[in-house]
Amino acid sequence: MPMTQEEVRQIAALARLALTDDEIVLFQEQLSAILDYVASLQELDTHQIPPTATVLPLHTVLREDVPGSTLPQDEALFNAPQAQAGCFRTPPIIVKE
Amino acid sequence: MTSPADLTIHEAATLLREDALSAVVLTEAVIERILAVDNDVRAYLTLTPEAALEQAAQADALRAAGVTLPLLGIPIALKDNLSTRGVPTSCGSRLLEGYVPPFDATVVRRLKEAGAVLPGKTNLDEFAMGSSTENSAFFPTRNPWRLDRVPGGSSGGSAAAVAAGEALAALGSDTGGSVRQPAALCGLVGVRPTYGRCSRYGLVAFASSLDQVGPLTRDVTDAALLLSVVTGHDPCDSTSLPAAPFDSTAVLWTDDLRGMRIGVSPIGDSAGVQPDVRRAFDAAVDTLAGLGAEMMTVSLPHSESALPAYYLIAPAEASANLARFDGIRYGYRAKAETLEELYTRTRGEGFGAEVKRRLMLGTYALRAGYYDAYYRKAQQARTLIRQDFEAAFAQVEVIIGLTSPVTAFPLGERVSDPLRMYLADIFTLPQALAGLPALSLPCGFDADGLPIGLQLTAPALEEGRLLRVAYAYEQATPWHIQRPVRS
Repeated sequence: MPMTQEEVRQIAALARLALTDDEIVLFQEQLSAILDYVASLQELDTHQIPPTATVLPLHTVLREDVPGSTLPQDEALFNAPQAQAGCFRTPPIIVKE
Repeated sequence: MTSPADLTIHEAATLLREDALSAVVLTEAVIERILAVDNDVRAYLTLTPEAALEQAAQADALRAAGVTLPLLGIPIALKDNLSTRGVPTSCGSRLLEGYVPPFDATVVRRLKEAGAVLPGKTNLDEFAMGSSTENSAFFPTRNPWRLDRVPGGSSGGSAAAVAAGEALAALGSDTGGSVRQPAALCGLVGVRPTYGRCSRYGLVAFASSLDQVGPLTRDVTDAALLLSVVTGHDPCDSTSLPAAPFDSTAVLWTDDLRGMRIGVSPIGDSAGVQPDVRRAFDAAVDTLAGLGAEMMTVSLPHSESALPAYYLIAPAEASANLARFDGIRYGYRAKAETLEELYTRTRGEGFGAEVKRRLMLGTYALRAGYYDAYYRKAQQARTLIRQDFEAAFAQVEVIIGLTSPVTAFPLGERVSDPLRMYLADIFTLPQALAGLPALSLPCGFDADGLPIGLQLTAPALEEGRLLRVAYAYEQATPWHIQRPVRS
């Protein structure tokens, strides 16, 4: 089932990806081919088959609540593209219209 | 002519124990090899020779003091999606270029505690998404057996490093085949442990329900050794199984397979299997029968659904996991006026084509209104695949098949056709989806002298069976002794 360019743009917006016009054309073609291929799953009879989200027999995993050390502030900020006053710096979150 | 860099771990460990070799000499030989060949092979993204020599000197000091540790003084390469404190960890991505983790992955910590020497971080397909290592943002790695061929992927740098003598062994990660397929294409032993057997703490997440760390080694004995060091429960990973570490002393190390029931999963005609790969597989079946194993055909009828199911489940999980790369706390940040623009531009500019493709695919599959048709359907297929294995393992103890339908393919051949690249994983996906342990080992060479991989699969936590069968096969065949010829 082919994906339209408009759909590619919508998905890119949801995935927070700025794509170039060339990428939109390329992904439209490639994603359509991949979706066409995975559509073969629709033929599978999955009536009353439960889904597998994880193969593990584990459920909620708990551990002892023991205080430990945390990452020092300078180490936490070491990789920050921009930091200021012990915080991560970002562009304005609220922009005046 | 022979260099200590070409030794197996167990051979080197014996020489170190007998004081016929020092960790410093061994590490120097590995660094010398890296300097000699890595301009061509390009297995490494980051080299840490000074730190490695320091670790080697410490290992020698410990040896002199009578300390014994399982990997004392042994150089082991790490895939660059394993977090290493103070050493850059890029995941082969521009987005994480220059990122220096403040902590070690649990498997890295375990290697260090076992005395290993760590010469560097190896190349991979960006965020482990790929089957050829051509999706690295930095450069492709080449196959040491033939430099115009890919080493496989995504752990292609780790596989190439071990095959070329640039490390004695390596760790990789296997989400859908990323340890086993490069092991097959580079003539190595590669193991994907049972899901949950190796801690994922510090392994940069791709698809959390599938990701596992695994060893790439020159023989089966080394694989067992490395597995015994890196496996075991880890409270830092809530998906870590509360099971004891793999115990290599409990494996039956014998060349006698009498009484062992081995299931042969027939290779379909449609899988695009190379004729000499098919012949090598048939010969391996005969060899195992000759060792006394009882061979019987098993049916895994839903294996064909593994590829479409995987390429919905893995991208869906990736689209959630990779949301963390937003340009705020680490890595690349694009120039932007607003926060929204910062996110979209950072990700648009920082991720390569394959990562973007998969994030789009995953986002599509999870989108409201499409979830049942795609993601849920894929999860149901996953259940059917698991049930196939359960039924087969009621009859047999181990299942054998091929690791890859083809030997190492030429660089550039598949990279522009994503679907064709995905088909490289066709035999390694069912085990990943079922969470089962699987091992690839060399079972011959094609007409061009390129290695072929045999794949063994066992029930959960039965890695010991894989190693028993693999060891017996290895004793009966010469494939693992051959090394690539350097021009």
